[in-house]
Amino acid sequence: MTHILVPVKLVPDLVEELQIAGSGNALDMTWLRLIISEFDDHAIEQAIILKERSGGEVTVIAPDQEGMDDVLFTAAAKGADRITKLSGDFGEGFNNHALARAFASAVEGLAPDLILTGVQGNNDLDGSVGPCLAEYLGMAYVGYVAGVSLEGGKAVIKKEYPGGLIAEMEVALPAVLGIQAAEQPPRYVAVSKVRQMMKETSIVEIDAGDLDPSGGLDVSRMYLPEAAERAEMLQGNEKEVAARLVEIFKEIGVI
Amino acid sequence: MAANAVPHSPSFTNTFYESLFDVADGENIKSCLQCANCSGVCPFGFLMDFPPGRMIAWMRAGILDEVLGSDSVWMCVSCYACTEVCPKKIPLTPGLMTRAKEEVLLAGNVPTELQSALEFSQRYGNPLGESPRKRADWAADLRPEVPIMRKARRPVDVLWFVGDYPSYHPRVRQTTRALYKILTALGIDYGILGPDENSDGDTQRLAGERGLFEVLAEKNGKAFSCYEFKEIITTDPHAYNALKNEYPKLGIEYPVKHHTEFLAERLDELKPRLKGNGELKVTYHDPCYLGRANKVYDPPRALLEAIPGLELMEMPHNRTTSLCCGGGGGGMWLDGFQWEKAHVRLSEWRVREAVNTGADVLAVACPYEPPRFEDAAKMVSGAGNLVVKDIVELLADAMEE
Repeated sequence: MTHILVPVKLVPDLVEELQIAGSGNALDMTWLRLIISEFDDHAIEQAIILKERSGGEVTVIAPDQEGMDDVLFTAAAKGADRITKLSGDFGEGFNNHALARAFASAVEGLAPDLILTGVQGNNDLDGSVGPCLAEYLGMAYVGYVAGVSLEGGKAVIKKEYPGGLIAEMEVALPAVLGIQAAEQPPRYVAVSKVRQMMKETSIVEIDAGDLDPSGGLDVSRMYLPEAAERAEMLQGNEKEVAARLVEIFKEIGVI
Repeated sequence: MAANAVPHSPSFTNTFYESLFDVADGENIKSCLQCANCSGVCPFGFLMDFPPGRMIAWMRAGILDEVLGSDSVWMCVSCYACTEVCPKKIPLTPGLMTRAKEEVLLAGNVPTELQSALEFSQRYGNPLGESPRKRADWAADLRPEVPIMRKARRPVDVLWFVGDYPSYHPRVRQTTRALYKILTALGIDYGILGPDENSDGDTQRLAGERGLFEVLAEKNGKAFSCYEFKEIITTDPHAYNALKNEYPKLGIEYPVKHHTEFLAERLDELKPRLKGNGELKVTYHDPCYLGRANKVYDPPRALLEAIPGLELMEMPHNRTTSLCCGGGGGGMWLDGFQWEKAHVRLSEWRVREAVNTGADVLAVACPYEPPRFEDAAKMVSGAGNLVVKDIVELLADAMEE
């Protein structure tokens, strides 16, 4: 039976304005609202579509971030067979190298045939999780995937390229796929079903041990885009502004 | 629809049918005459595979899978037109249609547009997907300040439940600010919940998401219990309906008034402040959840008639026969879906009727309506000059400074 593992993470929800922490090199986590990375949500959907189509089991694995339990129970309500949480120091921000190492150490015990994860997240500063994870596990990686089917010991995938090109390719399993989009948008599950899951299912915890962020990058400064003084605002009524515009165009030789 | 509903066991039909008895007067469904009044009066009945009457007929024949496999229910705007005309007083809107939506939603057949609104409601406490922290931003520049209960830390006479669209929608915020102006002028001792307020959840409930409704109601109930107030007012008939008829079933019970009821009670204080702004021909649209669902027909009219120089003209469909704007029961979040099915907009039918009365202004009393009718007026020929205003906007306009 095919075992599909879906590593997911929470990222800053852009519904709120982001603020820089007092340290000046990170986001202020105090008011930060977290949301499942959109691409990871698609990875969950794709895994459940595969399970419905070809059988198998789906395990969703995630770091222990605030609000993760709801995300995991929602995944279970959608059809994930197992929901797993990595316990460790995931509170104050961690890089993708550390997260990928934590996922990799858990993968050994889970022995998946296929790993689907989001191709990227909005807070990927040190590369995305998928390629890192594939490297640590010694598996093949294909990113920007928008369609997967399983045939024998292989996955047949559709990979998106810029300019509207799509390549179909075969990948030997086990492998890691970076999901760009599931075959259909992530489904809705009724709140009552999620609540029922909370009663019926439990989250398996795996100790991630000490996180190892090495290979990532050090952020020296984080700041909002700074306005440069390159624009001249023309003052006056429409005629004056238009006349001045014509002058400027003449000065710089456009007309 | 993407997929069929989950296949049900034969006993499911009975279970579903019997669950309809749980609604008040639910057992009346047993006495359905198959007169088809419901299907005829339904604004979208003409294109539903299963309008209410036919749903009942098929259920009686023991066939429910086809009924729930159809996407008909997503055309239901929960407008209570069917419930209003049913000679056997079957609670078709709160019972049959809502239960059917619940089952279809549980099976995962949810149009994408509706899905977003439900997910936003769950995540942010409003269906618009706006930041919950910005719920009171409409009031940021107003002086005197709008008292927010968490900061005011004192009992008030009136808790103003502002609601989703009145808090966030740029057009509907004008209505909100008009009510602010009137409350301030009348010296009403009021407060709002601000970021502690969540969506009332009623339209989500009527779109089949009962679990979500309960979560939202619990959050609001918890917020209410933190503060002291004598009554709740709201400009939103959907919130009004939830607070008046649905929250009490969950043990959340407070006296509630729609703003038109609240202001109509204060007509004596209001009248001296209203000045004549010249002749104004106004027609009034009864919102489904103020009118048919809650039988509030006179206070809005009393307020309009109190404005000097205002001539109230009725549309052919008024009071119990009012036409739905199309926003109820999830319709607000199914515009694309319903357009694809119907290629008509209910709001345009209503605006056409308003134009035919010769009125200058279409007066409304529900936050769904200004944006819906203003959009419709752009599409209906002859409606170019029709002004859409909430009753409180007309009152605020007419008020002496």
